[in-house]
Amino acid sequence: MTAIENLQLNAQGKLRHFLSIEGLNSDLLTEILDTAEPFADASEQNIKKFPLLRGKTIVNLFFENSTRTRATFELAATRLSADVLSMNIATSATSKGESLLDTIRNMEAMQVDMFVVRHSLSGAAHFIAQHTAPHINVINAGDGQHEHPTQAMLDMFTIRRVKKQFSGLRVAIVGDILHSRVARSQILALNMLGAEEIRVIAPKSLLPAQIEDLGVSVYHDMKAGLKNVDVIIMLRLQKERMNSAFLPSESEYFKCFGLSAEKLKIANKDAIVMHPGPINRGVEISSSVADGSQSVILQQVSNGIAVRMAVLTMTMNGNREAG
Amino acid sequence: MRIEIVNGHIIDPKNGIDQQGSLYIAEGKIVGIMQAPDGFSADTSINAQGYIVCPGFVDLSTRLREPGQSHKATMKSETKAAASAGFTSLCIPPDTIPVIDSPAIVELIEDKAEKCGYPHIYPIAALTQKLAGTELSAMHALKKAGCIAVSHAYHALQNLLVLRRAMEYAATYDLLLIYCPQEAALSNHGCAHEGAMASRYGLPGIPVAAETIALMQCMELIEQTGCRVHFRGLSCARSVDLIAKAKAAGLPVTADVAMHQLHLTDADMRPYDSYYHVQPPLRSKRDRDALLAGIQSGAIDSICSDHQPHDIDAKLGAFPETEPGISSLETMLPLMLRLVAQKILTLAQGIAKLSSEPARILGINAGGLALGNVADVCVFNANESWQINAETWQSRGQNTPFWQETMQGKVACTIQAGKIIYSAES
Repeated sequence: MTAIENLQLNAQGKLRHFLSIEGLNSDLLTEILDTAEPFADASEQNIKKFPLLRGKTIVNLFFENSTRTRATFELAATRLSADVLSMNIATSATSKGESLLDTIRNMEAMQVDMFVVRHSLSGAAHFIAQHTAPHINVINAGDGQHEHPTQAMLDMFTIRRVKKQFSGLRVAIVGDILHSRVARSQILALNMLGAEEIRVIAPKSLLPAQIEDLGVSVYHDMKAGLKNVDVIIMLRLQKERMNSAFLPSESEYFKCFGLSAEKLKIANKDAIVMHPGPINRGVEISSSVADGSQSVILQQVSNGIAVRMAVLTMTMNGNREAG
Repeated sequence: MRIEIVNGHIIDPKNGIDQQGSLYIAEGKIVGIMQAPDGFSADTSINAQGYIVCPGFVDLSTRLREPGQSHKATMKSETKAAASAGFTSLCIPPDTIPVIDSPAIVELIEDKAEKCGYPHIYPIAALTQKLAGTELSAMHALKKAGCIAVSHAYHALQNLLVLRRAMEYAATYDLLLIYCPQEAALSNHGCAHEGAMASRYGLPGIPVAAETIALMQCMELIEQTGCRVHFRGLSCARSVDLIAKAKAAGLPVTADVAMHQLHLTDADMRPYDSYYHVQPPLRSKRDRDALLAGIQSGAIDSICSDHQPHDIDAKLGAFPETEPGISSLETMLPLMLRLVAQKILTLAQGIAKLSSEPARILGINAGGLALGNVADVCVFNANESWQINAETWQSRGQNTPFWQETMQGKVACTIQAGKIIYSAES
């Protein structure tokens, strides 16, 4: 495919929709991180509310279940003084595009300003951005196995806060890369921001075809893969993967690809451990590591609010500048 | 009606004709070539100076969407589009609604075709009842009713025992099986070629093995049953190899490729543009190059439109949930001429891939301009440019990735059984 059309940028090159890391550049990614900093600082000092989006209506359209992402998007919007409506729209796999479009049209008719969309199909957020009214911003909160760009940006934010910079960093992403939209966004963002090396560690049954083309080195063994690594990102393993023959069992998976205290020692001493959540203790990560001193899993959650506040503000401004 | 087509460049690959001259038609047949029969006086004279005169095109898979899906297209709209694109014979796959599994449906289709003034419609019978893959269809009765072959269309045939028995039964009545090779479990509801593009965009992939395994299974059953099989819509390099080997071993097999597979690869897809959603999926450049080599070498016998007109809603949605298929009849001639311009085929070979070759696969008397042949003729201008847009497009389905592109090559006149069914001038 040719590069994603710059649906997400306005004529001045500013963010208008946030659909994918692909199509952006390191300046824009850095701008998101920089914009998030004061929000993160402020909430640490207990100043939580900003009047930046007063009078704006944001609709969370969740076609797929989510607790954490939806909650942090809701909090981000309310802390910016926007009005928020969250909708859980159950859909079957066979539901048609017209109903998706009808939902959007109905919401548009209620004079809303922004959609935050999660959907089980890759490309759903693009589809909505292409068909929605021009004044409405669209944020991708995860589409199928494609991208989850705000998750990747909160991860970048967390990494930058601890490691200060991306150059020279070796990052290992471990687990179900095949089904992970988080991994795709992370790989793109880390490459854009100049990380030294990105490794993926997984059994062959959980790796997409020709994943090297995204700019990663592939490992099938934790011992080799974790060596000299500064950041370890563990991915969630869905229980269904066992039934559909991707893996033999949880215990075998933990043995080979789970992160135990012992395996963590292989990485650099100051390596940090990340996980997009929710974690499966004893499947992809042991409790001692998840709750240990190198874990930044809960910082990721708090940072998620600040980064989402940054993205909401920037896209809404991108609209204003476009006139 | 007596028609003369004067001073055209006549190309009839089947009969080895490639020269300037005139063609004479009477009573639905070719009555003179180069030279008019004695006492011939034409009712209609077509000046073909600067035009190519060739056999009418034959298509092995054209979905007219009737009966059952007239919201997508109708037999009237699509036969009109076919005539305007130079086609004189169309095969209808059995996945209409209802399925072509009883003589009554065949009759219904033939009646409708006749009302559209388009007599050369060849229904393909379902291999199993309702295409459910469990009970055999009444193949003998369907053949007698006018079905030209049997097929399971894109429905998955999961039970090899059913396939074996269906092939044995089809072979009993010397029916051709038109087989779309795709193994359902390996395809796993995918919507794109399993490769770098699908990985990047998170699209569920269809591996090459989904096609080659189905192909190999079917070939083993050909060895055993002797059933004649035409493999419809190849997409992978490995498939071309397998077909070439099977032919060398003397198996009764033929194969085709959809025209779009010769021009597009997964790298050409615009992100999430559902017009590129086809089945089998657009594959890698390596696969495309092997398909081109396959039509050159003859391993692949013919090129098919795989015409699938859709309504707007069918293509409106997130990529994986949209319906696959391209509305393709009207781009067939220009895209064939692109292969000629790229020196993949000579003009005569290109014409053969669209006319005499599919006619040979079906065993019908079409695809040639010899004396006494049914007068199915296409007259086209190889140099005329036109843009694909709502004004020029005839098919009800506007779903083509070539929309708004400028095409070179336009049909001026189509004659079916001695009757002018399309003329650019009127």
